[in-house]
Amino acid sequence: MTNHPDMIMGTSQPVARVRLSPSRMLGLGLMALLAIAAIGGPALIGGDPAKQSLLHTLEGPSPAHPLGTDNLGRDMASRLLSGAQLSLSLAFLSVITAGLPGTVLGVAAAWFGGWPDRVLGAFADAVLALPGLLLVLMLAAISPGSWWALYAGISLTLWVEYFRYTRQRARIVLAEPAVEASRLLGLGPWLLIRRHLIPEIGPGLLTVAAFGAATAVTAVAALGFVSVGIRPPTAEWGVMMTELLPYWREAPFLILQPVACLVLTVLALHLSAGGARRP
Amino acid sequence: MRSFARSFLAALATRGLQAVIVAVIVGVVSFAMMQALPGDAAYRIAAGRYGYDMMDAAAAEAVRVELGLDRPALVQLWSWLTTLAQFDLGISAVYGTPVADEIATQLGYTMLLAAGAVVTSLLIALPLGIASGLNPGGALDRATLGVSIFLRAIPAFALGVVLVLVFAVQLKLFPVAGFKSFANLVLPSLTLGLGLASVSNRVVRDAVADAMNADWRLFARTKGLSARMTLWRHVLRNAALPVVTYVGVQLAYLIEGVVIVETVFAWPGIGHALVHAIFGRDIAMVQGTALVLGLTYVALNLIVDLACRGIDPRERSA
Repeated sequence: MTNHPDMIMGTSQPVARVRLSPSRMLGLGLMALLAIAAIGGPALIGGDPAKQSLLHTLEGPSPAHPLGTDNLGRDMASRLLSGAQLSLSLAFLSVITAGLPGTVLGVAAAWFGGWPDRVLGAFADAVLALPGLLLVLMLAAISPGSWWALYAGISLTLWVEYFRYTRQRARIVLAEPAVEASRLLGLGPWLLIRRHLIPEIGPGLLTVAAFGAATAVTAVAALGFVSVGIRPPTAEWGVMMTELLPYWREAPFLILQPVACLVLTVLALHLSAGGARRP
Repeated sequence: MRSFARSFLAALATRGLQAVIVAVIVGVVSFAMMQALPGDAAYRIAAGRYGYDMMDAAAAEAVRVELGLDRPALVQLWSWLTTLAQFDLGISAVYGTPVADEIATQLGYTMLLAAGAVVTSLLIALPLGIASGLNPGGALDRATLGVSIFLRAIPAFALGVVLVLVFAVQLKLFPVAGFKSFANLVLPSLTLGLGLASVSNRVVRDAVADAMNADWRLFARTKGLSARMTLWRHVLRNAALPVVTYVGVQLAYLIEGVVIVETVFAWPGIGHALVHAIFGRDIAMVQGTALVLGLTYVALNLIVDLACRGIDPRERSA
């Protein structure tokens, strides 16, 4: 048995142990709580988000309705949790469907260079030629009110972020002398990617994913709010804001609930992304 | 000078290509919207022309042949796009007026709101960013960082709702909806401006902090320039480049924000019109407004490109 190539060359850099800053820990903790609430909450509360009770509209908190009832007497707590399920699942799915092709194509563009790189780059530039939300808005308009159109629009817009990040980082990493040395040692593409590329681009990809999820959550609520996304009677945070806005005078605490849920989710995602800035 | 002209032309060519791409994407998506409408397009148009009572299968067939609706979808798409290429935006299905006329009015309102938002954001971000950058790690720096992170997590429309509740409804300071006087401009500009400033104040802060640490600043001080002169002559000019570049990055946020925030405040601009057109399935209007928003985005990006070349001579040869 000869030495395994890793033992000679190691990775490009000593594997950086990801140190989580306090704000990042806070963000991840909040996200975990939100996810637990969205998955387990509805079963725990047991209310029906669609059940109307026209004798009990716009009520304050009570034992039966811990967060009060909306303009049609529906339980606010179950509606908020149902909205959390919808937003978080769409955001999570979009991370997968945008992240996988974006990352794979980004690595492919950096790996092959030449015309594949130029074609993929031109395609990404075409998507970026329109501001993201405008594209999501128009794609959602092809089939209004449908969850799938919204989801496809968001994924189609967000994959570019992963692609651009991966392509740029992979280009730099693949040009490093350490990679050249590994190549000369006869390491195959898969080992090169695993030993050099993944440790380098992994942490940054998590940041891109967290910001992407925040964009998805915001887009769903924004389109719901202006009545071109998810439609009533589905419990969605943006739709709930539109429904409760006319009752701000009687019940200001109701309209503020979906606003608070949305802000909390986006804040948690931004904090867990770590980086202090984004475009 | 020649290299400046060349880089100017290069920027123009890149953005020109981008403009074409925008037009094609908007055209194709609008065409898909048309195809996705429920029912037979020929029947729908015939009913619109002759009234539901006078319309029959023969009339629909005549319309189908006349407008070429029986041709393959790709051929129809091509003729759709060539019409668009002749700047024919068509007639609004809801208003019955040419789309171009509607947009001409709306665009002015949108520009007014966008300008209000940028001015508001600069009024907030420049003083705070410069003061934080001159004393990194100080109390002001940390306070603005915390507030920025929180503000950035509030989507524009949610911030708009909160501002309406606080200023217009509780304090009765500003009007809420529509456009009657310039007081109407305050809340939507503040909504968008706060969102822009929450990030741009950090960009200003980083740029100023970097410039204050640069070797050339030390040199300027060593050769006898006063702190005030160094700040005005060197630090701020050098800090301006990343800030202007960043304004370009924020344009996407601004255009997206305009679409949603105009709807919140019933602002009679182009974003409000787009959302209304999508809701009312007025496809000519959707296409026209989306096209103008997209092209405005490209044009503003071109202006930022050129402004960067104006500020930094190094950019000209690049």
